[in-house]
Amino acid sequence: MSVSTDTSTAPQRRPGLAALANPTRFLAFTKIVLPWLAAVTVIALAVGLYMSFNVPDDYQQGRTVRIMFVHVPSVWMAMAAYMTMVSGALGVLVWRHPLADVAARAAAPIGATFTFLGLATGSIWGRPMWGTWWEWDARLTSFLILLIIYLGLIALWNAIEEPARSARIAAVAILIGAINIPIIRFSVEWFTTLHQGPSVIREGGPSLAPQFLYPLLTMGFAFLLLFLMLHLWAMRNEIMRRQIRTLQRKAARSARG
Amino acid sequence: MQISAHDIAVARGEDTIIDDLSFVVSTGEALVVTGENGAGKSTLLRAIAGFLPLQSGTLQITDPDPDFADTPLRELCHHLGPDNAMKPAQTVEQNLTFWQNFCGNPHLDIIEALEFVGLDGLQDVPFGHLSTGQRRRIAIARLLVSFRPVWLLDEPTSGLDAQSQGQFAALMRVHLEDDGIIIAATHMPLGLDNTTELKLTP
Amino acid sequence: MIALLKRDLSLSLGQGGNGATVLLFYLAVVVAMPFAIGPDKQLLSTVGGATLWIGALLASLLGLDRMFRDDAEDGSLDQMLLAPVPLAAQVFAKALAHWLTTGLPVTLAAPVFALFLSMETDAWLASMATLAVGTPALSFIGAAGAALTVTLARGGLLLAVLVLPLCLPVLIFGVGAVRAAVTEPDPFLPPFLLVAALSLFFAAIGPLAAAYTLRQTEL
Repeated sequence: MSVSTDTSTAPQRRPGLAALANPTRFLAFTKIVLPWLAAVTVIALAVGLYMSFNVPDDYQQGRTVRIMFVHVPSVWMAMAAYMTMVSGALGVLVWRHPLADVAARAAAPIGATFTFLGLATGSIWGRPMWGTWWEWDARLTSFLILLIIYLGLIALWNAIEEPARSARIAAVAILIGAINIPIIRFSVEWFTTLHQGPSVIREGGPSLAPQFLYPLLTMGFAFLLLFLMLHLWAMRNEIMRRQIRTLQRKAARSARG
Repeated sequence: MQISAHDIAVARGEDTIIDDLSFVVSTGEALVVTGENGAGKSTLLRAIAGFLPLQSGTLQITDPDPDFADTPLRELCHHLGPDNAMKPAQTVEQNLTFWQNFCGNPHLDIIEALEFVGLDGLQDVPFGHLSTGQRRRIAIARLLVSFRPVWLLDEPTSGLDAQSQGQFAALMRVHLEDDGIIIAATHMPLGLDNTTELKLTP
Repeated sequence: MIALLKRDLSLSLGQGGNGATVLLFYLAVVVAMPFAIGPDKQLLSTVGGATLWIGALLASLLGLDRMFRDDAEDGSLDQMLLAPVPLAAQVFAKALAHWLTTGLPVTLAAPVFALFLSMETDAWLASMATLAVGTPALSFIGAAGAALTVTLARGGLLLAVLVLPLCLPVLIFGVGAVRAAVTEPDPFLPPFLLVAALSLFFAAIGPLAAAYTLRQTEL
């Protein structure tokens, strides 16, 4: 892939990040931005939660419908985090950007957590609605596999000590995972439709009325902010972790021998 | 205390590497084992440590130190082999503390031992971050953190620069003054004065 | 001995260790099962106990190869042979560390995975109980196998082939106990106690055999 001509496919990273080409400037920038971002996130979450708790009971699902306001945004963020990792992986392999691996690596545990949240809230929601904690339904199953992929990638990063080496290996793994996700999705879909009868329990009650939609969108926005904040914070930590590593190496070198 | 070997034979796999070998080392003495590659220097050290069985002959402690009266020979030995026996993921201090607890008979504390090998200040650095020479010196520090009278040294100075070799020679002299015994296999002079040479031929 | 246990645990859980990976592998095996059998809940809950046990068996085999190999490669094993602690006790400590990072998490995770397999309460409680008393046997048998193959360059596969048949009795009674817990007339206790007995037996025999092997191995 040619770097100079093919800018249109450049992954759309968060605006402003491209300017923060080096880790030092990134640290300085996030130091100023993070407290504000954290404050806005807290406010957005508070508003979103307030709205969520004030929706009327659903005529079918009753109060449990409120789980949706955590469940759906979690699922969105789980996917957003993987997209972040994919763009980070491209950044590593194509542009060799110093922050790309940091971005991808920092997104992984957050993405895994949101995936887990999505699965857990879904399970809690499913118990009263479907009468079961778990169903081998296409959507649930592919999400469970997404969780395994996330955890596998985290394990891969941890297994390789040198950041420079782990970056490229993990990037390849992320991309393989990204290519695989639609395939997994397809095969799981096929798997469940082949084996399950018409009694398939499917997600989604009535189409959303505005009184549900607005809180959901607010919560979605709040979760996006939350993800942004956690991600930037995790990137800071990762950069500092690498700096500590460099300092330790330097200390070892400066000692005689 | 004295280690005496009488007509020992040691085999590795199907080949008898050492045959009819006898020697005596007493406290305060250093025995330097020399010989070409493949002459059996490492094999001899490993046999003394008890890693390899004797085909024939006897190897025993005569007139043992009262402190170690009933201790078998292998528990009196520190063996410094070609590998450093340290975990790269753990810090220098974690590694040395482990060996100190594990070998028992604590001698110097970790920081002191690191000072003796000139690496004080590196106790919190993961072992894997160190250079070859530094790793070797940490392995030498392992000999200092718990006391064992017999040091079996297999090419102890490999990877060390001249200054570190001098430092190590001083440590060995102190060990001999403490009534220790050193049996070293080496190609290079160790910088010790009173040594007996045992030349092995293949 | 406690020092050895602590070091093995911190190595396994720290960076580059495979403590968490074992659990992940277990999850992957359990998740793969419904794809092989189909999502029929009735069927899944029938084979649930067996699935958990197969997963535990494979997860135990996973880290086994490294039990002595790392120590042999970096020279630590030589030092262990010189230690004042009996070698069998050291092997016991290492096998215990292996169990604490494989068998124990696998046991504790069983209820969560039972959910995926839509197992009944009786079945997963029984699975958890048998895994708790049975997985130590896997670690102790494994220790003997790991000692046998430590000097072989490609010992990993051979190790699995050696150890798997030895683990079969544990598997038979473990799964048997789970089945007995669900089907009414069969008593749960006899197979369960047999599993416990196997664990105790191998906890005694395994380290001794491994220690003997390590002493004989001319490294």
